[in-house]
Amino acid sequence: MRIVVLTKPVPDPASGQDRLGPDHRVDRAAAPAVLNGNDEYALEAALRLVESHGGEITLLAMAPATAPETLRKGLAMGAHRAVLVTDPALAGSDIRSTVGVLAAALAGLEFDLVLAGIDTSDGFAGVVPAALATLLGLPLLSNAAAIEPDPAAGRVRVRRIIQGGYDVLEAPLPALVSCTQALGAPRYPSLKGIMAARSKEVAVRSLADLGPTRWPVGGAAAATAVVAVDPPPARGATRTIRASAVEAAREIADFLAARRLLP
Amino acid sequence: MVAASVPSGYELTEEQRLLRDTVRALADERIAPRAAEIDRTGEFPWDVKALLAEHDLLGLGIPAEYGGVGVDLLSVCLAIEQVSRVCATSGLIIAVQELAAAPIVLAGSDEQRRRWLPDLAAGRQLVAFALTEPEAGSDAAAVRTRAVRDGDEYVIEGTKRFITHGSIADLIVVFAVTDPEAERHRRLSAFVVERERPGFRVARLEHKMGIRGSPTAELVFDGVRIPAANRLGPEGDGFAIAMRTFERSRPGIAAQAVGIAQGALEVAAAYARTRRQFGRPIGEFQMVAALLADMDAATEAARQLLYRACTVIERGGPDAARWAAIAKLVAGDAAMRVTTDAVQVLGGYGYVDEYPVERMMRDAKITQLYEGTQQIQRLVVARALLGRE
Repeated sequence: MRIVVLTKPVPDPASGQDRLGPDHRVDRAAAPAVLNGNDEYALEAALRLVESHGGEITLLAMAPATAPETLRKGLAMGAHRAVLVTDPALAGSDIRSTVGVLAAALAGLEFDLVLAGIDTSDGFAGVVPAALATLLGLPLLSNAAAIEPDPAAGRVRVRRIIQGGYDVLEAPLPALVSCTQALGAPRYPSLKGIMAARSKEVAVRSLADLGPTRWPVGGAAAATAVVAVDPPPARGATRTIRASAVEAAREIADFLAARRLLP
Repeated sequence: MVAASVPSGYELTEEQRLLRDTVRALADERIAPRAAEIDRTGEFPWDVKALLAEHDLLGLGIPAEYGGVGVDLLSVCLAIEQVSRVCATSGLIIAVQELAAAPIVLAGSDEQRRRWLPDLAAGRQLVAFALTEPEAGSDAAAVRTRAVRDGDEYVIEGTKRFITHGSIADLIVVFAVTDPEAERHRRLSAFVVERERPGFRVARLEHKMGIRGSPTAELVFDGVRIPAANRLGPEGDGFAIAMRTFERSRPGIAAQAVGIAQGALEVAAAYARTRRQFGRPIGEFQMVAALLADMDAATEAARQLLYRACTVIERGGPDAARWAAIAKLVAGDAAMRVTTDAVQVLGGYGYVDEYPVERMMRDAKITQLYEGTQQIQRLVVARALLGRE
């Protein structure tokens, strides 16, 4: 199995920094970058597939030139290599441009499966997997809770989460799967994994290396723009209840009941 | 940002940052929830030991050719710091494995390393370091335990005290007198004793103020016979092996101290942000804010000193013992002060076990005592300064 995992470096959601710049775009210098959380679930799924079926995992990212350090964590978890598409001209690209670039990068890779997290914690659009599958003409198996490939038969079966249950989908390989957290929590890199990651390749590709992309890239070519940003309303005064579990539960219930928030 | 002007080599490497962040996540998610219970029950956390082994954290400093990870001293200290930040007992598991494996790494033959290090690196076995005796604490050369040569064997006779992991270790590195007539620093030799050897027994366990999940044992060697092949290095090298080990183990204790201080600082800062008195968070009162700022400054100063010491010691050279002693001295005192002030910030809540800072204060005290008391560290520094051996 040759698996490509789409991995996006995103501002660390735990850093507490204001992540949007004055232009309403994510300020990638404001907070340290980490691997997008849902992409780590996709990578974990890929690692388990390779452990049971054999094969190799390539991380694919479109990100600023500082991304190799972030990708190193994925390599330490067990991915075999990484491909980073980085180019100053990509700054400000919208989703459409991003999909075009990722499609061009995937065209240069050999794979049976492409795994992607269902969305990213910086953009939250959640449309890249579907758009990419469409552009590449790949079957899309979305919202996966389980992935069962049959490489000999050249097929993959996926349990797809729907309201109230699962669909079971099957498609020929190669295919693109968008991964949910139901696939299982990502592992911590082992220390030996961290040391081994040093010698793994992070291939850096510029736009010129990729060749033509489907749509123009960069901020000037963006078809969408963020025109306003509203922060969530400030949290009101909080109250901490310190008591035994039973007493605390009773106090919370009383509190809610007094405000007619309990049925 | 002035990143471009920072001299190369001063920042942590990409690998060291990844190691630190990985161990921090592991500690926060898997070890922190256990810390209070480990302290309350005083039971060695075998589950944490298994977790550390699973993530290669018990073989950090052991060379890769013997199954370890083979990272530098600073990386070892980063791991100890991050685990100690949430649980000093758990951080000590890493530190002791490093400390007690060091004589084998430093003085063992290739055959000896192949025999013992792979099991230690994988965490299948634990190892303890047995130098201290009832009458030989700070005066380490005053060891009385004897090792008498008998053909192809040595017979070991004596008592060791305050031996961390002494009751649970599979291997004990024992320092014993092989030549009572030799000059003070040539009397000792180092031996590896397997715990199943007849005549070895655990005489008692201490009840301690802190690091309560870490068993501290009195060990009796009653005519324990071991093969001569278990001796590390030549006869008479024991004291030198112990001192070289301390150059690498004292930074580990400094790392434990920095971790404890950081843990207490974080709890105190979070409390000061949310605890309201007189209508506002107590962190807005200058007296509390100043306490917190001083705690942060002391912790960061100790941390940066430790990191610097690690790189100097890794490079080797005559100044290593001084750097190790300074790092432990400053970090141990910082941990004691910062944890004491953390209790102060939390007031009455800090004094009860509802919050972890009272545990951290008790745990901090040991960092001023073991691996050489603060007074011994000053002695080492003063000797280096005044040029007297």
